Amino acid sequence: MNTIVCVKQVPDPEIPPAKFKIDPETKKVVPPPGVPPVISVYDERAVEAALRLKDKHKGKITVISVGAGKVSDVVRHALSMGADEGFVIEDGAFENLDSFGTATVLSKAIQKIGGYDLILCGRQAADWGAGQVGSILAEILGIPVVTFACGIEAVDKKLRVRRVVKDGFEILETPMPSLVTVSSEIGLPRLPAGMSLMLARKKQIPVWKPQDIGLDLSDLDKEKAHTEIIGLSIPTRKKECEIITGTTPAEAAIQLAEKLSQLF
Amino acid sequence: MDGYQGVLVCGELAEGKLAPITIELLGIGRKLADELGEKVSLLLMGNPIGHLGQEAIAYGADQVFVAEDPLLEVYNSDAYTYLMADLCRKINPSIVLFGHTDMGCDLAPRLNGRLGGGLTMDCLTLSIDPTTKRLISTRPVFGGNAHATLMSKSARPQMATLRQKIVAPAERNDSRKGEIIPVEGKIDPSIIKMKVVERLKEEVEGVKLEDAEVIVSGGRGIGSAQNFKMLRELADLLGGAIGATRPACDEGWVPASLQIGQSGKVVSPKLYIAVALSGAMSHISGCLGSKVIVGINKDPEANIFNVARYGIVADYKEVLPALISKLKERLSK
Ligand SMILES: Cc1cc2nc3c(=O)[nH]c(=O)nc-3n(C[C@H](O)[C@H](O)[C@H](O)COP(=O)(O)OP(=O)(O)OC[C@H]3O[C@@H](n4cnc5c(N)ncnc54)[C@H](O)[C@@H]3O)c2cc1C
Ligand SMILES: Nc1ncnc2c1ncn2[C@@H]1O[C@H](COP(=O)(O)O)[C@@H](O)[C@H]1O
Repeated sequence: MNTIVCVKQVPDPEIPPAKFKIDPETKKVVPPPGVPPVISVYDERAVEAALRLKDKHKGKITVISVGAGKVSDVVRHALSMGADEGFVIEDGAFENLDSFGTATVLSKAIQKIGGYDLILCGRQAADWGAGQVGSILAEILGIPVVTFACGIEAVDKKLRVRRVVKDGFEILETPMPSLVTVSSEIGLPRLPAGMSLMLARKKQIPVWKPQDIGLDLSDLDKEKAHTEIIGLSIPTRKKECEIITGTTPAEAAIQLAEKLSQLF
Repeated sequence: MDGYQGVLVCGELAEGKLAPITIELLGIGRKLADELGEKVSLLLMGNPIGHLGQEAIAYGADQVFVAEDPLLEVYNSDAYTYLMADLCRKINPSIVLFGHTDMGCDLAPRLNGRLGGGLTMDCLTLSIDPTTKRLISTRPVFGGNAHATLMSKSARPQMATLRQKIVAPAERNDSRKGEIIPVEGKIDPSIIKMKVVERLKEEVEGVKLEDAEVIVSGGRGIGSAQNFKMLRELADLLGGAIGATRPACDEGWVPASLQIGQSGKVVSPKLYIAVALSGAMSHISGCLGSKVIVGINKDPEANIFNVARYGIVADYKEVLPALISKLKERLSK
């Protein structure tokens, strides 16, 4: 079973809100110095989903990432978890790609790789979180897409996908190849360890340019014309917290209980 | 842009009625359409649903397209995408609105892939730019740490999913007139590639999160499933429900369906008690609508104190027992 996983590099989303800075002029986020970017959370879980399938059915996992700058570290992270091969598609022209543009680039790279039974994406990226690249990509490739997966099995040459819905789960059967977007409920990703960690250090991660995947940059200009970001701001909130103190935490709790009982 | 006109709302049903989000979308859709001097249309898909057309008109739709087919009885991604795309190609709406719901989150991006108009998900506001007449939306980005404002460019239709319970529902006016148009043609079963094998409803103990007036929410600092029992006791006492952060769900201390936040449930109870959770924006954006937030955290710098009304800086294990027993005493009076 051959799986392609699309992973995105994002500024570390787990920095405390107080350290989160933006430049309203360029409408960009300014990452705090010394905090390296990471693989987007759901994408890491998508890699985990691919590995669980591979544990059962063998096959090959190929990881790809698109970026305006160097993004091979997130692909290497996936290799160190156990993925087999990785490619990055890098070009300055990919700065400010919208979802359609990203999906277009990914589709060309995937067509070049070929031979896949399953494509995995995260349900949404941890930065701009558009939540649509996977579905657009599936439509471009003309394959079915199942969103918000929390479990994937291969049964009789079909995929059985458990997906999260508001009040429970749905189990869908979809043919191969299909694209599946992965939600956090699939569970925690494994830590890089052992052989894969060692192999990943040495592995080559080829860098593809637009021409290597048959992508005409003028296609992107057209594709870009969907939405533009015209503003970015940090929502301001008045801090109005009354910290309740007491000689002991229990005493503070009693005061809190008094205040809360007035709400009822 | 030439040839594209009007607002199309993708309707949703809940227990055989128009879903609340659909009535909210008709409200905001009406506003946007009035600003453009254009029509509001609604597409309803299901079986049977004919009786809902008149109601949708009362809520502001000028036109209701009704697609009835046994294959549409429950949401099917392939069938619904096909129908929506087909209708969009026929009526060329300038704006298409969806709820940010299970259905909208699945359907809208596929439709964007198929039609290529441009889509913004999880919008908090929608408006029309006075000069260009284009759709402007705001949405949380970077886990709610920032808000972005986006404007459509030349591609059409301009699509958006709207967060639930954030705009007022449309007012009902039964004297309103409109047109009900059946969508002709049966669905060719061969377009349906994926099949729903099973649906599993998750049974929740006690009050449902979305309906709860009090939520006691726990984070990574709770430490175990066992310790969550203390939160359950407090919630039960106040007739509320328990919620959790993503790490608490990841650890398996509580079911994943209790996750609150940007990628979990969005709630707005009267009282939200946040215990041993740091208050990351992607969590907070799911409960900011709460009337009163209380934070209990041993770290005075925790972000929860920036959004809470009341806070206690201490180990929750020393706070909750006293809080529970005092509340018991007060509530029994
Ligand atoms: C795209 C994206 C989407 C996300 N969506 C969600 C979402 O929907 N919901 C969600 O919750 N998260 C979400 N997250 C994760 C989020 O960013 C945070 O990582 C998460 O909310 C942190 O959970 P926490 O507060 O439980 O853990 P931590 O941040 O580790 O905080 C634990 C807190 O507990 C306190 N503590 C520890 N022990 C005690 C004690 N004994 N007594 C009192 N206090 C104690 C500590 O001081 C600390 O503040 C998302 C992240 C991304 C990137
Ligand atoms: N630049 C990228 N490179 C590789 N995959 C991406 C990229 N951007 C988005 N994706 C994939 O698409 C998913 C959804 O992204 P988005 O629609 O931007 O929220 C991500 O979780 C990734 O799996």
